[in-house]
Amino acid sequence: MIEVKDLHKSFGDAHILKGITTSFEKGKTNLIIGQSGSGKTVFLKCLLGLFEYEKGSISYEGKNWSELSRNEKTNLRSEMGMVFQGSALFDSMTIAENVMFPLRMFTKQSKSEMEDRVNEVLQRVNLENAHNKMPSEASGGMQKRVAIARAIVNRPKFLFCDEPNSGLDPRTAIVIDNLIQEITDEFNITTVVNTHDMNSVMEIGEKIVFLKDGLLEWEGSSETIFRTENEAVTNFVYSSNLFRKVRKMYLEENL
Amino acid sequence: MKPLILKDIDDLIIGSIGIVAFISFFVGGVVAIQTSLNMTSPIMPKYLVGFATRQSIILEFAPTFISIIMAGKVGSFITSSIGTMRVTEQIDALEVMGINAINYLVFPKFIALTLYPFVISIAMFLGILGGLMACVYGGYGTMEDYIEGVQLDFIPFHFIYAFIKTFVFAFLLATIPSYYGYFMKGGALEVGKASTTSFVWTSVMIILVNFLLTSLLLG
Repeated sequence: MIEVKDLHKSFGDAHILKGITTSFEKGKTNLIIGQSGSGKTVFLKCLLGLFEYEKGSISYEGKNWSELSRNEKTNLRSEMGMVFQGSALFDSMTIAENVMFPLRMFTKQSKSEMEDRVNEVLQRVNLENAHNKMPSEASGGMQKRVAIARAIVNRPKFLFCDEPNSGLDPRTAIVIDNLIQEITDEFNITTVVNTHDMNSVMEIGEKIVFLKDGLLEWEGSSETIFRTENEAVTNFVYSSNLFRKVRKMYLEENL
Repeated sequence: MKPLILKDIDDLIIGSIGIVAFISFFVGGVVAIQTSLNMTSPIMPKYLVGFATRQSIILEFAPTFISIIMAGKVGSFITSSIGTMRVTEQIDALEVMGINAINYLVFPKFIALTLYPFVISIAMFLGILGGLMACVYGGYGTMEDYIEGVQLDFIPFHFIYAFIKTFVFAFLLATIPSYYGYFMKGGALEVGKASTTSFVWTSVMIILVNFLLTSLLLG
């Protein structure tokens, strides 16, 4: 579980996060949504420890980030997995080497043990035959799956994904969404996904946090988002005719 | 770390030998021809061609001007490779994993460039050899005169001076381009701009440090 209390972050005069308080639950797929410029990426990077925040606190299963020593932060980071928007695979390494990288850095396993684990996670993301390909030879969807494999190879307690299905076709996007949800359930980890994709919101949003202008505007789930009367949320989530119709049908069926 | 160091030795040192050899050989030849053509007085001994070529190559051309060429080749490579890693969030990925990205990316390049004096030794040898070939086969003097000039008044400290400079330039070649790559912001266009800026500043620093070291060591 990740608990965030009164989080503030500025860049110069620009006050990006203006006091966010929320929590992300273990074993659930938690989504952060909001318009561009609402502070989603900055929030995610604060959660990852990539940005130092000015005020507030972030606790990872009771460990307050700002009270940890350098070594403790490094240890905590080894328990985090991250799927970047552009996958961020290392160009000079093969897919198998990319996935093995966190094991080489953080574990003292033998080469055969690491290879077994790499085979296991690549099989988990349905990439059994891609070991020796370079990232540049893989499609966008494959790259995302390799990034997920790399993120989970070290059995993380926390999985973060920044727009994991941006730039993917709808079918591949659903595959990635389902994979993230399955992994969250299977390994009972705390997953936080930053997304713009309303399909993801409806499909995997066990907890949804909506940010607006650096503030927490609304939080709920994929169920409650249909019933919310919050104008900012409805304007954002149901901005397309299709989703307005889906909502209308849902409300007619369920109320 | 060992595979990274070996990869950087291949990229930065081995990969530079070809262009350094080509430039050194022909510039050595040009120095010998120019020296010979400007020695119009009959009282000037012919072995001065070899002497002037040796001094030019060992004291300035090999350590300093090859380093400026390397600022373009190696420096741009370092800036663009690290800059691309920044743009594509690969550095963020390293940091999220708790890896010291500066140490991981810059240290192997720094170690690889400790072999830079090896490249400069090749430049010195081929520069002098190029001068010999141009002199003999161009009809500007005999091989005996040229070799006598190369051996004339040899001061071993000049080699020490050249290699002190080379080590300092290697440090500049590893650090300045890495700095511009690591701290760049933006996209693909900014990677290009950062490479250009790093080349300019590495060259400026090489010229300034060259002046300083020459004043201190030979002045």
